[in-house]
Amino acid sequence: MEITLTVNGQDVSSEVESRTLLVHLIREQLGLTGTHVGCETGYCGACTVHIDGKPVKSCTMLAVQAADTDVTTVEGLANGELHPVQEGFWERHGLQCGYCTPGMIMTAAGMLAENDNPTEDEIRHGIEGNLCRCTGYHNIVRAIEYAAAKMRGEEPAEPDWEVAQ
Amino acid sequence: MSTTSALGGAIRRREDPALIQGLGRYVDDIKLPGETSAAFVRSPFARAKILSIDTSDALAMDGVLAVYTAADVESLGPLIAQLSFAPRPLLNGGEVKHVGEAVAMVIASDRYVAQDAADAIFVDYEPLEAVIDLKDSLSDRVLIHEGSESNTIISWVGPFGAEPEAQQAVKDGIDAARERDDTVVVSQEMVNQRLIPTAIEPRRVLAEWNPGYNTLNVWSTTQIPHALAGGIAVSLGLPTTSVRVVAPEVGGGFGAKLNVYNDEILVSWASKQLGRPVRWVETRREAANSTIQGRGWIGTATIVGTRDGEILGYDFDGIADMGAYTQNFTVAIPFLGLFVGSGQYKMPTYWKIDCVATNTVTTDAYRGAGRPEAMYYIERIVDMYAREIGMDPAEVRHKNFIPSEEFPVAISPVGFAMDTGDYAMNLDALLETADYAGLRSEQEAARAAGRLVGVGLSTYVEVCGFAPAGLADLGFNWGTYGLPTAFNGSGLVRVNPDATATVIIGTGPSGQGHQTTWAQIVSDRLGIEVDNITVKHGDTTDSPVGIGTFGSRSAAVDGSAAYEAADRVRVKAAKLAAHLLEASEEDIVFADGGAHVAGSPDSSVAWGEIATIAYQTHKAPEGTEPGLESEVFFTPANATWPFGSHLAMVEVDAETGNVEILRYIGMDDCGNVINPMIVDGQVHGGITQGIGQALFEEAIYDSDGNLLSGSMIDYPIPTAGDVPLFELHRTVTPTDVNPMGVKGIGEAGTIGSAQTIVNAVVDAVAPLGVTHIDMPLRPRRVWEAIQEAR
Amino acid sequence: MYPREFEYLAPTSLDEAVAALASNPGAKVMAGGMSLIPLMKMRLFSPPVVVDIGRIEGLDAIEDRGDHLAVGALVRHADTADSPLVQQYAAALAQAAALTGDAQVRNRGTTCGAIAHADLAADQTAAVLALNATLVAKSASGTREIAAADCFVDTLTSALTPEEILVELLVPKSGDGESSAYTKLGRRGGESDYAVAGAAAWVRKSNGSVDAARVALTGVGTKAVLAGSVSDALVGSDGSASAIEAAATHATDGVTVLEDLYGSVAYKSHLAQVYVKRALAAAIE
Repeated sequence: MEITLTVNGQDVSSEVESRTLLVHLIREQLGLTGTHVGCETGYCGACTVHIDGKPVKSCTMLAVQAADTDVTTVEGLANGELHPVQEGFWERHGLQCGYCTPGMIMTAAGMLAENDNPTEDEIRHGIEGNLCRCTGYHNIVRAIEYAAAKMRGEEPAEPDWEVAQ
Repeated sequence: MSTTSALGGAIRRREDPALIQGLGRYVDDIKLPGETSAAFVRSPFARAKILSIDTSDALAMDGVLAVYTAADVESLGPLIAQLSFAPRPLLNGGEVKHVGEAVAMVIASDRYVAQDAADAIFVDYEPLEAVIDLKDSLSDRVLIHEGSESNTIISWVGPFGAEPEAQQAVKDGIDAARERDDTVVVSQEMVNQRLIPTAIEPRRVLAEWNPGYNTLNVWSTTQIPHALAGGIAVSLGLPTTSVRVVAPEVGGGFGAKLNVYNDEILVSWASKQLGRPVRWVETRREAANSTIQGRGWIGTATIVGTRDGEILGYDFDGIADMGAYTQNFTVAIPFLGLFVGSGQYKMPTYWKIDCVATNTVTTDAYRGAGRPEAMYYIERIVDMYAREIGMDPAEVRHKNFIPSEEFPVAISPVGFAMDTGDYAMNLDALLETADYAGLRSEQEAARAAGRLVGVGLSTYVEVCGFAPAGLADLGFNWGTYGLPTAFNGSGLVRVNPDATATVIIGTGPSGQGHQTTWAQIVSDRLGIEVDNITVKHGDTTDSPVGIGTFGSRSAAVDGSAAYEAADRVRVKAAKLAAHLLEASEEDIVFADGGAHVAGSPDSSVAWGEIATIAYQTHKAPEGTEPGLESEVFFTPANATWPFGSHLAMVEVDAETGNVEILRYIGMDDCGNVINPMIVDGQVHGGITQGIGQALFEEAIYDSDGNLLSGSMIDYPIPTAGDVPLFELHRTVTPTDVNPMGVKGIGEAGTIGSAQTIVNAVVDAVAPLGVTHIDMPLRPRRVWEAIQEAR
Repeated sequence: MYPREFEYLAPTSLDEAVAALASNPGAKVMAGGMSLIPLMKMRLFSPPVVVDIGRIEGLDAIEDRGDHLAVGALVRHADTADSPLVQQYAAALAQAAALTGDAQVRNRGTTCGAIAHADLAADQTAAVLALNATLVAKSASGTREIAAADCFVDTLTSALTPEEILVELLVPKSGDGESSAYTKLGRRGGESDYAVAGAAAWVRKSNGSVDAARVALTGVGTKAVLAGSVSDALVGSDGSASAIEAAATHATDGVTVLEDLYGSVAYKSHLAQVYVKRALAAAIE
């Protein structure tokens, strides 16, 4: 069936099967491959996008359910600039293999849009729907703290790593 | 050593801008015209005879191009493996050996249709009795592989390399000490449970046969592109030069992508058969039941010691689960455990493990690979010994360390030469940094208030940086894949005419930051800015044969090759610079994007000028060969032996058994550090995987061989809410087996952490009488242990 | 990973939706899809027709209707958790919604969907039992009310018929002296993930003693259940810690407790007592 929706600010119209998952519409038909697939049970969060501004898992949503919504993927988060969360991930080594990263960034951006001064505990619980196997989350927490500070107009804390040898 | 600040700098990663914007290219992001999708039909039985397979309904479906079963791929022969035990079929048409084993492959127009068709294939099985339990397998009551004499594939015994009589003498000595009146014997059977690696990117393969050129392009989520190219070439009967493997961005490996898998060969072959590109995308369930798993040991650790803390002997008797077949390193994993079988201690050690087959997914390397298991047993039993004799666990460790004076090259009790180490210094640094005495006081106060707070310690040594060429005869070579190389490092460094540099390596990272680290290494040697150095990796076409990214080997072995290659370029460049500056070669110093004469920074020449005469040799000294590059294969004098000490403080909820980690402090020693930011990141992730094993993760099979924890719902890996901030520190004891003095850090966190957590939890509940709890310490286990002790 | 083919219907009115269910045997209602879609992806459940009620207007409100709150069929977990009305008048439900799934799931999944799905380890199921909520079910043949106590039949089985849509949940407002709470042990420890065991408690106190109480368990058997004996034991007491402790020992009286990967019968029975105690203490606090 034919659906229309907005993706990263562009109006899109697509022919999909009823069973087509939103993530496959995004990746296979629209060619936006920054949104990843990591599991089949809605647990890993690598497929997180924003629907009407809220983080959701695009692998646990039918494309037809997204008809007439406003979808933002990681590619459209800052349109060529870096969102403070993206900057934080770079500055604080919040990623290693990078596979969970787009989903993690989308969840974090959604969280900070509602609260730009979260506690460590709020950050940790806020990203529980995004699994990372590389970082142990330490630097992801720091990256989100960095972004939150930037969004509040404050200077981020110094990084943790010991540089002296 | 350093001529610039590049080595040791916490430089932001160069791979990140693409990845944080969703612009990284992973295998499933690469699209080819006309591509098709593969899906597999997998056995629902752990052991069964295939009576018939009916593919007619599937073949009749719209969009289905082909269905293949065992008979179709007979000409390809079975997969090869090191220390092959039994043929590992590409598709099984006889007796399946584990749930999830592939019996048919569908190729269809897209992935939805491929799955529809796979579901429409009917396979008639006659179920047979499966062997799941390790002791049952060891008994040989049922033989898993027809024609084999035993389910035990191999037994590894240490001291390694000693005659059986000498090994027995060690055991006899330990047994004699047991009998003495003045000794204490502490013995415990412990399970080191099976784990599912769970990289967030499952495996993917895309193959494209080019009939006009007789070449095959394969994009795969692999940690070993060259070995995979070799493995595919051998199976398909092609020269290795006809197969190009590309590992683009790879979303985590942890050992799971360190194999030549049947799907990689089958998809390649199908592309050749059909003349169309073929893609296979692993589902999470397939990642659990057809990609390798890790760990899976049961063993009894025994310490005989004096009442004042002197260990007189350590005996380890274990069984390791190999699963149904042997793959790339399957039987070598327990052998890697043997390397560190006596740990960081100077104690007579008799170490034995039987490697047995079961009707389960094959095991192989999972982060740490044998070393976390071996270290777990030692560090748990040392803790139990300390408790038994009423001595502080830090003090017992201190008393039994191999003394620092024995390095470099201490021979471990299990018979291996260890490069450098100073275990006491490292442990002391941890105790001081953590304020160990203060933590113990805090614990006392908490206990007095009725809280179950525990402090756990583990020291560790690991072995990595494989391998010296001399180990090729022990199986450290890719001969099975048609690439009879030793596990050398390799790297090519080229300074281009535009003054940029290119580094080409034959391996590919899966998150370790090679693009940044290698640029730092070469920048250090040549004084070219990191931003002007491009690191190419993961493509077999234009790279020197690389062994792979595993075993914490990249920096120590491949990094050393790049270091030496850069040095050779530097030697040549120094000659050219000396010519241009009319100075002596010995006085040339490289820095700030060029060369200058020592002591006269104004007398300088930029890399552009040096490169120009390197390529326009008519302006260079007589006899200069054109070009400015070097390719180096590096073989280290020894593996490297990183070490460290970890400490955790935990609180147990006595009512529920729930464990909360209050503090986690690490003091790691991986020798010199190239990028401390990346090193810390490796340790964070490694510790978290160890915490996952300690607290949550377990591949649970029922007695029929069904994997009960095959989805992320039932296989809980740690989330952000489950772990604390880590307090990381380091000591620096460089190795002398490579030019940078780096040892490797990829696995250290995992090797040091699981037993740190278990020791802390047992310490918390020890006042209630608990002495041991098997992992994973899910709340139920902890609560049950408390109940049993009461 | 890839659902089987099915027919997708997206009615824009409730009447249209119930008509679609009536005329398509085997059709399944979908709201947020957080439970249904994973089952379909793994091909464990493949309905021939899916009726998506997500486009029906007017179902996404939480309304104050005097003595009770009405939670519409499309109210997301996050809305329930964040609603000042629910937090004030039905605290256990807000707390259970806040502990359901993760942030993305809470943005998409619905409270009514979780009730209708009737997962044995869900959170809000226990809350609606303790709060004595009523389900309003609509089908082509009319509308009926189902007491929460009659809602949960078995694993993934509610009292709703396949032709019915749970259009709203009516939750009695906690008034003076009434309070409620929900707490659980999650599968990875702490309060995250599905419940190994969880308990919701509602208590009414007057003149220093408990004159009514309702306690419900989740995660310990095939479905969320009321722990009636706890309430019986607590009523008439002063609601002190010792009274709670004594009442909690009855947590699994008459309740079928089952073993799973996360707990033995003994452990789950014990946890039921612990979480009943904690939920009661939190409610009375």
